[in-house]
Amino acid sequence: EKDKEDESKKEDSCSQQNRASRRKNYQREQSDGKKAGEEGRWQRERGKKAPTKDQKESENKERKTTKKGKDGENKQKTDRKNSTTSASSNSSDEESLSEEELAMLMEQVEQKKKLISTMRNKPWRMVKKLSVLREAQAFVEKFEGALGKGKGKKLYAYKMMMAKKWVKFKRDFDNFKTQCIPWEMKIKEVESHFGSSVASYFIFLRWMYGVNLVLFGLIFGLVIIPEVLMGMPYGSMPRKTVPRAEQARAMDFSVLWDFEGYIKYSALFYGYYNNQRTIGWLKYRLPMAYFMVGISVFGYSLMVVIRSMARNANESTADGDDDNFIFSWKMFTSWDYLIGNPETADNKFASITTSFKESIVDEQESNKDENIHLRRFLRVLANVLIICCLCGSGYLIYFVVKRSQTFSKMQNLGWYERNEVEIVMSLLGMFCPPLFETIAALENYHPRIGLKWQLGRIFALFLGNLYTFLLALMDDVNEKLAEEDVVKNITHWTLLGQHNSSVGNGSTATPPPLDPADVPRGPCWETTVGIEFVRLTVSDILVTYITILVGDFFRACFVRFVNYCWCWDLEAGFPSYAEFDISGNVLGLVFNQGMIWMGSFYAPGLVGINVLRLLTSMYFQCWAVMSSNVPHERVFKASKSNNFYMGLLLLILFLSLLPVAYTIMSLPPSFDCGPFSGKKRMYEVIQETIELDFPLFVAKIFSYVANPGLIIPAILLMVLAIYYLNAVAEAYQRANAELKKKMQMQREEEKNKRNNKASTNTVLQDLEDLLTPSTKSECHPKQAEDRKIESPNRTSPVRKQSKAAALDGGPMTGGRGAAFNPPPHVFLTQPPTLGVWAPYPGQPRPRGHPPGPVPGRGRGQTRY
Amino acid sequence: MGNKQTIFTPEQLDAYQDCTFFTRKEILRLFYRYRDLAPQLVPLDYTDKPDVTLPYELIGSMPELKDNPFRQRIAEVFSEDGDGNMTLDDFLDMFSVLSEMAPRDLKAYYAFKIYDFNNDDYICKSDLEKTVNKLTRNELTPEEVRLVCEKVIYEADVDNDGKLSLEDFQHMIVRAPDFLSTFHIRI
Repeated sequence: EKDKEDESKKEDSCSQQNRASRRKNYQREQSDGKKAGEEGRWQRERGKKAPTKDQKESENKERKTTKKGKDGENKQKTDRKNSTTSASSNSSDEESLSEEELAMLMEQVEQKKKLISTMRNKPWRMVKKLSVLREAQAFVEKFEGALGKGKGKKLYAYKMMMAKKWVKFKRDFDNFKTQCIPWEMKIKEVESHFGSSVASYFIFLRWMYGVNLVLFGLIFGLVIIPEVLMGMPYGSMPRKTVPRAEQARAMDFSVLWDFEGYIKYSALFYGYYNNQRTIGWLKYRLPMAYFMVGISVFGYSLMVVIRSMARNANESTADGDDDNFIFSWKMFTSWDYLIGNPETADNKFASITTSFKESIVDEQESNKDENIHLRRFLRVLANVLIICCLCGSGYLIYFVVKRSQTFSKMQNLGWYERNEVEIVMSLLGMFCPPLFETIAALENYHPRIGLKWQLGRIFALFLGNLYTFLLALMDDVNEKLAEEDVVKNITHWTLLGQHNSSVGNGSTATPPPLDPADVPRGPCWETTVGIEFVRLTVSDILVTYITILVGDFFRACFVRFVNYCWCWDLEAGFPSYAEFDISGNVLGLVFNQGMIWMGSFYAPGLVGINVLRLLTSMYFQCWAVMSSNVPHERVFKASKSNNFYMGLLLLILFLSLLPVAYTIMSLPPSFDCGPFSGKKRMYEVIQETIELDFPLFVAKIFSYVANPGLIIPAILLMVLAIYYLNAVAEAYQRANAELKKKMQMQREEEKNKRNNKASTNTVLQDLEDLLTPSTKSECHPKQAEDRKIESPNRTSPVRKQSKAAALDGGPMTGGRGAAFNPPPHVFLTQPPTLGVWAPYPGQPRPRGHPPGPVPGRGRGQTRY
Repeated sequence: MGNKQTIFTPEQLDAYQDCTFFTRKEILRLFYRYRDLAPQLVPLDYTDKPDVTLPYELIGSMPELKDNPFRQRIAEVFSEDGDGNMTLDDFLDMFSVLSEMAPRDLKAYYAFKIYDFNNDDYICKSDLEKTVNKLTRNELTPEEVRLVCEKVIYEADVDNDGKLSLEDFQHMIVRAPDFLSTFHIRI
């Protein structure tokens, strides 16, 4: 009871007064109503301070419950005192009341808790927050205790305790989680110096690292480790042994660097794996696992990319339409509060100024276009030039790959001949993008559009390179396949001959078994493809790092230190410092990932290399950016381009899926290497598993399912579903656009209305000024008064006008006046009911009141 | 968890965690940031709530703020006295609102206060002009500034009173795609 007394003391005097009055007459309804009014006022007061509705609501509820609780408390008190004034005091009532009170208290406690949990959302000073928090906590503590002591309330107390613990746990877990995000501080540092757009690259890199880590875990855990631990050891069979001819140089660094020698015959590549159906005591089905992992690498990547794209899209739907608040957003949201570096700040000031100027110019001369023919011509020219570049680079690659095929048949090759393809591709990747940028200067696009074009062109360049590379590789593979047929026979005959000789010699002396290193073997095209991808990846890593080192770091050093003794200012003039090339880096990352996806089936170790690459490039590039780059001149928004990058990634994923699927479905695997050797096609491993390891009916079901008669309808169904969903999405979009248009119209309408009010007021003024001399003197003061009354009010201009007309032109009827005067659009913007006397403005008054000053006065009365 | 710190009592820390968007560690880090501004002024023991106020000159020189054109306004809005002199509570308040976790509405409310230079609860034309000039370092001509201000009022002023009220501002800012990402300071 004492506690409650204390609690009630804390309440403000207003409610105390209320309570007093309530005690007297028990008009609860009335006092409630009063309180509601009071609360409304209070709420209005708070309206300024508490911006969110739900905050207000929760606040409101909380107050209400406090009061309700007090009601109950008051009652109890009066009951205890046996005060006769209380009409509802009997014992049964007291029972129910205490129940009720408990429930109320519980609710109250809940409310307080809610308040505690939303305390940080309140726009109050810390002192106030702290005091309110303390109060709420004290309240909760006390009443939880009180509730806990009650009959059977232990569960509640327990629940409370658990909730508290849960909150604490969640907080700790959150702390832990933020600590677990790698490189958060590094990226924050970059972000604070270079803005969010550069940081977006590093976030993308980190995301990529995460994806690759999962792929790495998948491949290593399910393929490489089992093979190494449980498979046959190195040297036990031909595919796991370096051939005799290569053995002498198999450990030389130059050979290993080319991924030949021991590396070629290791678990990093496809050829090392055995086609044994099960390995080890676990009976691990390695070929099956290899196949499934190869598929799930793609499946997982596809899922992750699409999920993150969908999430991005969800976030960007909140963007709204851009054309409504161009200037407002520029003014209030363009400053990036993260910027904590004078250079970045300078650039930001500059970019904000330019963007303002651009918008102003757009605003001023949106339809002024000078010399459109020249610009069109230049754009066409630029595109022609770039297409020429693309074709040329594609042809160059094809030519080089062809040449490397002839080189590969020759002996005594130099370093250049062996690495020509990689060198040429890297050089193209290095020099074409700047060339494109130079050509794009001709086009004079808006920088944002220009950037998209640039991205598309670089993408096309890389794509063309990639695909010419793949086609050449295919030629290579076909050649190898032809060669394999020959070798297959040789191997067969060798083994047969060995067997025959051992038989022919008689069984007395068993000949030494043929050493695995001596068995003639096929070219194993899968390993060749894998090696090609690994080489490409490694050379890409090296070129990237060397570019960063030379193009950024040495350049920065040169500019920084030679500047002391140079003719012009190097820092501001020609070489200057490098900017961080976001688009190039992201595209490089995307294409590298494409390589990984394509190559990982033939070189399971490739993902490991890639993980290392991403790891090192995180640190290396962070260092390079911080040490030798300057912030961008033109910062483009990270949020939008992120999904663009994801789209590119998805495209690459799809494109890299194609060749792998092709090889799996329609090329025969090598006869003497890899987990699928001896089968006609790689996918037969599934059929084999189903036939041998599953009951018969599964095989039957599978054969039914694989039937084209079923697959084609399934595809058809999917297409229909896509069509339907697409249609639904389109309908939603249309509805959205419609709503947007409606909102826009409403907004315009409101503005128009207000504008009209302002303008018609002036019209009215003019009209009056004109008409005053001619009107009767008695109408005059009334009319002036009328106007005075109405002008601050939200009256329709029409009515005023009509009335003015009615007032002034004596013989004229109001209806006719209204029909004459108002401009037509005013009818539309008129809210339907405003006054009592004129239900619909612009029409003659239906009640048949005589025109003249009387209705005007009457209206004035009804309004006030 | 068990590292001993004697700056705050555990209750104080819990209360701060309830009142801000920070974790324990971040609160301590913020305290150290605050203390680093004036090590001789700020005691290492806050258990008895010493009354320490750092002048605006120190607050505004923080690397997170010193390049911000609105740093003075930020400090003024969040300081108890309105002059930019901050206690630790104000300091925590400021970075809590500007943290990543703060909801849009809270941010919008304080952004409005920041851009309302003359504290009249409306963003009027003079406020807008000040904002533009601060954003562009007076690079725009007066006509351009006037045009921009007019455009902003045209776009965002729903109730047509020639100035932006808090409702107008919120109505406009909740649609802004970049508001949440730009209106925060990492510390």
